[in-house]
Amino acid sequence: MSWLDVFESLEQSGIGLVIRESLWLFPAFEAVHLLGLSVLGGSLLMVDLRLLGVGIRSRTPAQLVRTVRPWLVGSLLILIGTGVPLFLSEAVKCYYSFSFWVKMSALGIGLLYTFLIKHPVIRRGTGSGVQALIGMLSLAVWLTVAGAGRWIGFS
Amino acid sequence: MTLLPFCEWLAATKWSIALHESFYMYPLIESTHVVALFLFAGTIVMVDLRLLGLAFREVAVSEINARILPWTIVGAVVMILTGVLLFYAIPVRSYQSLWFRFKVVFLLVAAINVWMFHRRVAKNREVWDADERPPRAARASAVVSLSMWAGVIVFGRMIAYNWFDCDRPQSEFVYWLSGCIVELADA
Repeated sequence: MSWLDVFESLEQSGIGLVIRESLWLFPAFEAVHLLGLSVLGGSLLMVDLRLLGVGIRSRTPAQLVRTVRPWLVGSLLILIGTGVPLFLSEAVKCYYSFSFWVKMSALGIGLLYTFLIKHPVIRRGTGSGVQALIGMLSLAVWLTVAGAGRWIGFS
Repeated sequence: MTLLPFCEWLAATKWSIALHESFYMYPLIESTHVVALFLFAGTIVMVDLRLLGLAFREVAVSEINARILPWTIVGAVVMILTGVLLFYAIPVRSYQSLWFRFKVVFLLVAAINVWMFHRRVAKNREVWDADERPPRAARASAVVSLSMWAGVIVFGRMIAYNWFDCDRPQSEFVYWLSGCIVELADA
């Protein structure tokens, strides 16, 4: 069974069908996806700007990571909860979309990077050079996720 | 008064047509508009969460304002530049779009709210600067801000859908709201 077969059967799934047959479900999920994106952006930036030395100064990066965690995780859940149905409604189109694969790769890297590298490094504490580097990497990978995600719509 | 003749004139300009027909430029500008949500809406949400006492409770409101709002302004500049270009590429349809009109109204209310906050609500900020839960007026500002900007984002996304376009059969009310020209509506 190839990837294409999997994507085709996903597209025929109940959720995918319901969204395709509705006039407004797809736009509604898209809109909530964008609201989630905004909260995600804020949660990431509050830490990344601090790492780059141009954000909140009175708190350490580790303290900011703790503060934003519920908003970071919450927005990711909203994005996944709306993103999966959007994908299911047009899985075959996504299969043929280069942007989709770029986005999903960047998303995988972004999640692993954020929770397995960025946050542990911040908790342990590092110099300002390393801090700036991990902040920049974070912005680069998540901006790629967002940009490639929008580009799926143009393919 | 109607801005339709102006929009029609805009639509006929060389650069508007070029942008409208461009293969990469338009998508690139629109993607930038969307990705800038990270910076613009993202920082607004965080400042509002502080005003609501839901996050960054240990950070003074003045520090959040001084360190984060400049980034909101950078985001706003990107949003306005790309947004104006997006409108310039498709002026007539945007002008007669119900969603676009809703978006502009919400945008205006959000802007007035920003002005009121800095002019009135934040006037006695020194008193509650360090409060974990700022006073009711500040929290109300944050609620208005969050709901208006959410509306701006949702309506902005909906502009892409043609449900209420003038060249489709609509109710008289929608024709009126969207400023549709009757001849166009009958066509």
